[in-house]
Amino acid sequence: MPQMNMIEAIRDALDVKMGQDKDVLVFGEDVGYFGGVFRCTAGLQEKHGLHRCFDTPISEGGIVGIAVGMAANGLRPVAEIQFADYIYPGYDQIASEAARLRYRSNGDFTAPLTIRTPVGGGIYGGTTHSQSPESLFTHIAGLKTVIPSNPYDAKGLLIQAIEDNDPVLFLEPKRLYNGPFDGDPHKPAVSWAKHELGDVPAGHYTVPFESARKVASGDDLTILCYGTMVWVAETSAKMMGVDADILDLRSLLPLDIDAIAESVKRTGRCLILHEATRTSGFGAELAAQVAEACFYSLEVPIFRVTGWDTPYPHAQEWAYFPGQRRVCGGIRTIMESQ
Amino acid sequence: MTKKPNTSRLHIPEPPFRPGDTPDYSHISVPAEHTLAKPDTLCEGHETSQHALGLIRVLRFNGEAVGEWNPNLSEEQLLKALKDMMMTRAMDARMFTMQRQGKMSFYMKSTGEEAMSIGHAMALRSDDMVFPTYRQQGILISRGASIKEMMCQCLSNAGDPLDGKSIPVLYSFKKHGFFSISGNLGTQLIQGVGWAMANAYRDEDGIASVITGEGSTAEGDFHYALNFASTYRAPCIINVVNNQWAISSFQGIAMGEGQSFAARGTGYGLATLRVDGNDVLAVYAATAWAAERARRGGGATVIEHFTYRKEGHSTSDDPSKYRPEDEPDVWPFGDPIERLKAHMILLGLWDEDRHAEQEAACKKEIREIYKQAEAMGSLSGDTNVNDFTMFEQVYETPPRHLKDQIDMFKAEQD
Repeated sequence: MPQMNMIEAIRDALDVKMGQDKDVLVFGEDVGYFGGVFRCTAGLQEKHGLHRCFDTPISEGGIVGIAVGMAANGLRPVAEIQFADYIYPGYDQIASEAARLRYRSNGDFTAPLTIRTPVGGGIYGGTTHSQSPESLFTHIAGLKTVIPSNPYDAKGLLIQAIEDNDPVLFLEPKRLYNGPFDGDPHKPAVSWAKHELGDVPAGHYTVPFESARKVASGDDLTILCYGTMVWVAETSAKMMGVDADILDLRSLLPLDIDAIAESVKRTGRCLILHEATRTSGFGAELAAQVAEACFYSLEVPIFRVTGWDTPYPHAQEWAYFPGQRRVCGGIRTIMESQ
Repeated sequence: MTKKPNTSRLHIPEPPFRPGDTPDYSHISVPAEHTLAKPDTLCEGHETSQHALGLIRVLRFNGEAVGEWNPNLSEEQLLKALKDMMMTRAMDARMFTMQRQGKMSFYMKSTGEEAMSIGHAMALRSDDMVFPTYRQQGILISRGASIKEMMCQCLSNAGDPLDGKSIPVLYSFKKHGFFSISGNLGTQLIQGVGWAMANAYRDEDGIASVITGEGSTAEGDFHYALNFASTYRAPCIINVVNNQWAISSFQGIAMGEGQSFAARGTGYGLATLRVDGNDVLAVYAATAWAAERARRGGGATVIEHFTYRKEGHSTSDDPSKYRPEDEPDVWPFGDPIERLKAHMILLGLWDEDRHAEQEAACKKEIREIYKQAEAMGSLSGDTNVNDFTMFEQVYETPPRHLKDQIDMFKAEQD
């Protein structure tokens, strides 16, 4: 199988769908001739034509707005928002329009569009290039929100997103574009080149939503995570010498509550991780659902390890990031609780 | 009560007249001459910059149709335009009354603005997608939509094609080229540009026509729409219905005074037309020009339809609180139905008796349709809408969490 990093896997998904379906269009700021600031669309314009992959004005509201109109008119637009931090001018078009069009028109019009956008920190992006706004989108009825943690899932989930008949927000953890990241910024960067999840099949395949991936099996505790935190979780569990049951959620909405409940009922301990700020973060939703589904199986309180409730700082990036020390602390808290 | 004057240097625009004032609009020039040339539809955008500042008119108040913008409609077209405007007004009147009787939560009349909807719809192809706002019910009537279905939508009853999901007048009629209306104003503008871009991408000659009130031109979406339409030469028409009032805010709040909304398009390099919105022939002519330009690859035109909102913003509004009660009567551009009527009488196609008969016939027809619609349910009795439909069309198929909530709701019913 071809070996790809996450950028190449995303590009390959777009290439496969553009090749299969002339209704698939790709656009956003700098995505055309240049191929995107993270290179996810490099070569697509040359291969598929100017009219299939093109630059837009710096106008996130406009980008999402034309995507809604195109999708309603039968196309399958894939819009790129250069950083998730820039998505807010498009929020009205996502929350009030893309996500509501099917409902308010009772199925008369639909908006099968995909919005791709890089999320998360770890690249010294500071306040405006590091945010993880997933919970602002999982709160929206009518929208689906997915987030891969590796090249294989990135390609399969993106193809699934493009083929889905509902609007999908596709979040790309930018720190994972070039390799898995275990949360230690001082170690040399690891690439996807030799990683088994960098083995990405050529051609068409999908990864279904609402299906969590079992990263590690164990009986000591359950760790619920997604995106970059999947890799921090795996390393931290090894460091702590615990047999953790680690679930990479992949799709936040819809959510694979069955896999979560099966695991927590078995382990009786649940640690929830995310990079986003803590209060009203997606971890709050996960904690509530675990409590509702597994309360009588829980041996100790649910525990969250998250980013702090501050804007994402620049110089203090690694003090903000929920890295190994904070995750190991969370594991210790859970395991030492009686 | 005397108003406390503005004693600061901060300029806050105010309309010329408030309740208690005697409105006098003689300062608004009503061009008597019809000097604005009709350029080739593929002219450069800047060749229409004067059209953004003047006013395209065809109908004189004496009923004459003059000038090169005269679309020379056939007798059949004139009769249809008049009938559709009268039906729209009759429907609005009936629905307003029924709202007052508690049959529906809300309604919005388009009284005084019927020429914009009807003239515009007649000049478009029926498969051109319009992205309307909430005062273009005339487009649906012109395109032959079922008035009963429209009424059922307002009544949120068993005949509502939207199953009661949306508030009254937020219609969606894809089969009539009428995009789902959003209550978040202005959002449809950039969507319509995207729709038009899709048409161009597929080499189809259908166009999109997007419509906003003047108030919502202040939204970013209006700027997005003009900018993207210009960048990608999208085959669309961007209409601003300037009816002077956005709820209680006069048009100067949206834009400042002494300018034109059509001129907003000039800086984007778009063609720009400003048209007497109470003159159905002028609306038709401007629309036909812009539609031809879009279809021929000339890109978008911004049309300002200069008109006046004769009634309140909605059934929840009382305009006597913020403007003189007789202001609609002294508005210098007259009433769109009366003006077309005068024209048709001058042509010998129409007379006062026939007009009165048609008015009575429209009223009767609307009453009868309404009776059938209300028989399917209303807010004052039972809407006959199954509550479980609220879970439908959130997604194509309900995800697990929504299925669970359907079960929870089911349990509530026991």
